Amino acid sequence: MQTLKENWGKYLVEVVILAALFTLVQYGITTRLLNQYYEITLTSMCINIILSVSLSLINGFTGQLSLGHAGFMAVGAYASVIMTNMLGYPFVLGLLAACLVAGLAGFIIGVPTLRLKGDYLAIATLAFGEIIRVILMNIDYVNGPAGILGITKMTTWGWLFGLTLLTIVVIVNLINSSYGRAIISVREDEVAAELMGINTTKYKVLAFVIGAMFAGLAGALYAHFFYIIKPETFNFLKSFDILVMVVLGGLGSTTGAIIAAIFITVLTAALQSFPAIRMILYALILIIVMIYRPQGLMGNKELSRQTFSRIWGGRK
Amino acid sequence: MLEFIQQMVNGLSLGAIYALIALGYTMVYGIIKLINFAHGDIMMVGAFVGFFSLTLFGANIIVAMLVAMLVCAVLGVVIEKIAYRPLRNSTRIAALITAIGVSLFLEYITIFILGPTQKVFPASAFVVKAYDIAGLSILNKDVFVIVLAVVLMLILQYIIKRTKTGKAMRAVSLDQEAAVLMGISVDKTISITFAIGSALAAAAGVMYGIYYSTVNPLMGIVPGLKAFVAAVLGGIGIVPGAMVGGFVMGLLETIVSGYGNSLYRDAVAFGVLILILLIKPTGLFGKDSGDKV
Repeated sequence: MQTLKENWGKYLVEVVILAALFTLVQYGITTRLLNQYYEITLTSMCINIILSVSLSLINGFTGQLSLGHAGFMAVGAYASVIMTNMLGYPFVLGLLAACLVAGLAGFIIGVPTLRLKGDYLAIATLAFGEIIRVILMNIDYVNGPAGILGITKMTTWGWLFGLTLLTIVVIVNLINSSYGRAIISVREDEVAAELMGINTTKYKVLAFVIGAMFAGLAGALYAHFFYIIKPETFNFLKSFDILVMVVLGGLGSTTGAIIAAIFITVLTAALQSFPAIRMILYALILIIVMIYRPQGLMGNKELSRQTFSRIWGGRK
Repeated sequence: MLEFIQQMVNGLSLGAIYALIALGYTMVYGIIKLINFAHGDIMMVGAFVGFFSLTLFGANIIVAMLVAMLVCAVLGVVIEKIAYRPLRNSTRIAALITAIGVSLFLEYITIFILGPTQKVFPASAFVVKAYDIAGLSILNKDVFVIVLAVVLMLILQYIIKRTKTGKAMRAVSLDQEAAVLMGISVDKTISITFAIGSALAAAAGVMYGIYYSTVNPLMGIVPGLKAFVAAVLGGIGIVPGAMVGGFVMGLLETIVSGYGNSLYRDAVAFGVLILILLIKPTGLFGKDSGDKV
């Protein structure tokens, strides 16, 4: 309890800022000051942050390039909709089911494929992501390629805000724990990590499963906001979308992933009527970032209080 | 039985197209260890160049194919120079992400210029006829595709095995540093590899246009992925492996859509990929080097 008390004090500024942000947006939504356009953008932003932070755990911190993140999002979306819309359970159970089923899918896919390295792993995860999509297209229970329509809207700003925060807190704490150090050591040098007695497969699968669980969560939030899900939404271009955020933010930076997710969401919203231009920009971002700044905007650095105090010339 | 042979004939021509695309993947991988994700999209550009040569300039199908091959050879060299060369010494992941970028760029710049709708390949360019041989209905387009693909593969084999350029390509893929010491220009050899690979993809693109009689900006994605699977199946980096792999994939696909559920067609390709990667990542023709798993 002591540490918790200390931590509350330590993070007081952050808590106040976040609470203010939450209340402000909630006020805006209830009073209809923020119209539907902004609500959609904010929702996409939160979902993108969850996706980007969770993929960053796999691609950035564990160093295992996965191109199948949209597949786990699809699993989560379908699992939650089956729970809520088709079986009539409450939203919380839908969210839980999304996490569990997506995590299970991550485990089933992760155990065999994570033996592969580098580009082979990338292609195998891409293939699995597509297989998930094709399987969903062939299940009549979920209407195949037509998808599920008329999902009850249950994703409120409260859920979005809380779960985005939860994702960030869980993943940041994981990275800062001894598990996290093991995960990073796998990225830095797998052979050396193995020699130090780290069970590299275990940590790779762990990171993969946790990443998949949060992708599933994002899928559930997506499904219960946008009324409709169909397999086509979760094709590998969606995985590439998420990859753009992680690459742009920096492989191995959670704050980078968050900033990039916000930036990409705003860019997407701004270029809504020019989808081709948006994709061309994505492409250029990938190419230019890889050539001129392969570590991404933030590299493996994090934006923290220290950064701000340095910028404002304050003393720490 | 007759129906089975009929399916085989259909599968062979589709396989020939996959094999031509797979050759480009495998050659590029052999020489710079890069999965050139944009290869399927180069095929798409080839199909469009062929389409416009036919419709705007009224070229015949062979000329259209040659023009497409030439344009795509140049395109391949330019892409390598601009996007891949600066990354030659960075990680393979960085190169792969760049290749994904190039792929998206080619797709959406084409959509931006031409619009997302598909275009119908002019039927007059290649009049499809069916011949009745021993109860089988053989389409002249199947024969055309198979014969042309085999001719192109023979030319490629000749270039790789008998010419100085081919020798240089083999040398660079074997050991880049030693090749430099022997006075081989690595940059030039890699450029030539991209040119040849892209030209083959362009030929495949025009054939794909004849085969399915439509072209669209995203047409390269799925055959590109399947050709990649073919290349891995045969053993990536191994030229004859890509040819065999392409034909196997074509046959497999027609069998699955002929006898099973055509919706599972694409899943089968990916399933094959995963099985090879897990069981024998070096592919059917690959020697075990032990560094892939």
